[in-house]
Amino acid sequence: MSGTAPAPAVPGRLTGDGAAASPTARLAPSALNIGDLLRVASIGLRSRRLRASLSALGIAIGIAAMVAVLGISESSKANLLQALDRLGTNLLVVEAGGGFIGNQDAALPTTAETMLRRIGPVDEVSSVTSVDATVLRTDLAPSDQTGGITVKAADTELLDTLVGEMADGEWLDQARSGLPVVVLGSVTAERLGITDVGDGVQVWLGAQWFTVIGIMEPLELAPDLDTSAVIGRDIAIAELGAAEAPGTVYLRTDPDEVDDVQAVIAPTANPENPDQVEVTRPSDAIEARAAASNAFTALFLGLGAVALLVGGVGIANVMVISVLERRSEIGLRRALGATRRHVSVQFLSEALLLSAAGGVAGVLLGAAVTAAYDAARGWEIVVPVVGLAGGVAAALVIGAVAGLYPAARAARLAPTDALRTV
Amino acid sequence: MSEADGVGATLAAPAPHDGVILLRDVVKEYPGDPPTRVLHGVDLVVRQGELLAIVGPSGSGKSTLLHIMGTLDRPTAGDVHIAGHDVARLSDRQLSALRSREIGFVFQQFFLLPGMSAADNVADGLLYRGRRLRDRRDRAREALERVGLGHRLDYNTEKLSGGERQRVAIARALVGEPSVVLADEPTGNLDTRSGDALVKLLHELNGDGSTIVVITHDHDVAASLSRQVLLRDGLIEADSGPPARDVGDLGDALPEVAR
Repeated sequence: MSGTAPAPAVPGRLTGDGAAASPTARLAPSALNIGDLLRVASIGLRSRRLRASLSALGIAIGIAAMVAVLGISESSKANLLQALDRLGTNLLVVEAGGGFIGNQDAALPTTAETMLRRIGPVDEVSSVTSVDATVLRTDLAPSDQTGGITVKAADTELLDTLVGEMADGEWLDQARSGLPVVVLGSVTAERLGITDVGDGVQVWLGAQWFTVIGIMEPLELAPDLDTSAVIGRDIAIAELGAAEAPGTVYLRTDPDEVDDVQAVIAPTANPENPDQVEVTRPSDAIEARAAASNAFTALFLGLGAVALLVGGVGIANVMVISVLERRSEIGLRRALGATRRHVSVQFLSEALLLSAAGGVAGVLLGAAVTAAYDAARGWEIVVPVVGLAGGVAAALVIGAVAGLYPAARAARLAPTDALRTV
Repeated sequence: MSEADGVGATLAAPAPHDGVILLRDVVKEYPGDPPTRVLHGVDLVVRQGELLAIVGPSGSGKSTLLHIMGTLDRPTAGDVHIAGHDVARLSDRQLSALRSREIGFVFQQFFLLPGMSAADNVADGLLYRGRRLRDRRDRAREALERVGLGHRLDYNTEKLSGGERQRVAIARALVGEPSVVLADEPTGNLDTRSGDALVKLLHELNGDGSTIVVITHDHDVAASLSRQVLLRDGLIEADSGPPARDVGDLGDALPEVAR
């Protein structure tokens, strides 16, 4: 070792080189490629896997809750809307009632059905009349044990108008309208303990035996018929003293003119007392159900948001600890030429990676929950893409917010303090 | 690499430019009541190709001096020129760029990143230079071969011995071919044998042209280097290097700033 003997130098460095000797020589700025940034940002996660997984889990639960709530609510709505599509929104139900004085005796005139049929855009009309009779499993059962089942007389088009389906057997037809045969609503059949119409099951209706020829599926547009036993109008009038005037009239109209039709129904059905006619649209109830589910959705979304917030706080917490623990790494990076910005971006990206991992896991979990719930309900599986994208986006926003403070703290750390070992 | 090209002549008749590090009347105070003055006016020139030790007891201001030479900290007063750049005129971002290009650091605690291979740790020495990963890895391999760790490229640094870790850290400091390598107690965490081997390595690297400043409290280590600067109570007490006159000359050649 020869003191300050001339050492072979790296050529071109500071040896009379004008640019290097000038105090104002330009310095190419420090740089960090995006690929390197991702690599650097994932170091903390790779070397502390358990901690990273747990803090990502917090976000995942929040996101999963929100995605599942959105997904299930969307599926439920989609299911209701599908039902509407199938059942149509152009069914109107005309009944006596309402009226200025709430007249209990109000009834539709006998001509109502005929008159209503004359309204231009009305395509189908059918009616149901209440029959004052009871239906019992046998003639030996006490006559007051009706189980809440009513007897109704209907015309033969009713099932088509209501888009009803038969669970078993057949619907009434013209030939049997005058015969002692009965079609049971779904609830009626259950209460009477009749599951099929196989071998001529009979029920005691009024004062005679009626043969069960069919059992209906539940009627979504006319749930009151589910608890009814339906007989032909002809036999109802002839043998059970039913009124000739219809109790309830069901109309199918041109879907584009439902409102117009609705407006003229009352004066058409009962020109003398139009105020004693009540017109309803059953599809409104289904739409209302779809709307009502929104209230619950909002509530559960709120809960999911709270979970997400807690997850975000968890990430912020982990990042703050990470900055404290990795002081020497921060100091080293500053010594290697990292700017404050490089350091803050590194920690911000780390928080973003954490939350993005949690977000993706949460979205997958939420979608799985939705799919499982839909499948269990027998609904069509609807996983809203907006919810999925929104879930990941929400996670990223949370991650960014959670990472801001720790990142700023890391960047503020003076290199000398960072390198000082405790 | 070691090809001489007339640089020796330049060194024989020192020109103002050949100081890689120029310190003139550097004062460092830490705020307090009263403020703590750690450096009391240090003049020092580190020339291209030198291998020098700054030696002193703990509390003498060695670490502060290293931080100032490494632009990790700014002096309270005095001039600091690193590789031709007046540190006082550089922004924080520019100082980062200066560190990434002109200064290599070696720390007593190695500061290798866990969970990464030796080669990747060394490649990180070029991380903030914006070079491509493949290029960085190629140069990291060369640097590791230079420090005799060509057979440990893919080893996780946690599986290396202390001496090997410090060699990795030295390779990381060298990989960007900085103007100067600042080593803070590089043998502080090593046993005697590893420490001796490390000093030998520093000589070899210096022989290949690297300028190396070693900060140490170990007089044996200091004595084995080419030049010793003794620091005590924030002042240079002895310097086996060039006469102080040279420092004065160099100082006069500097622009007057912030005096």
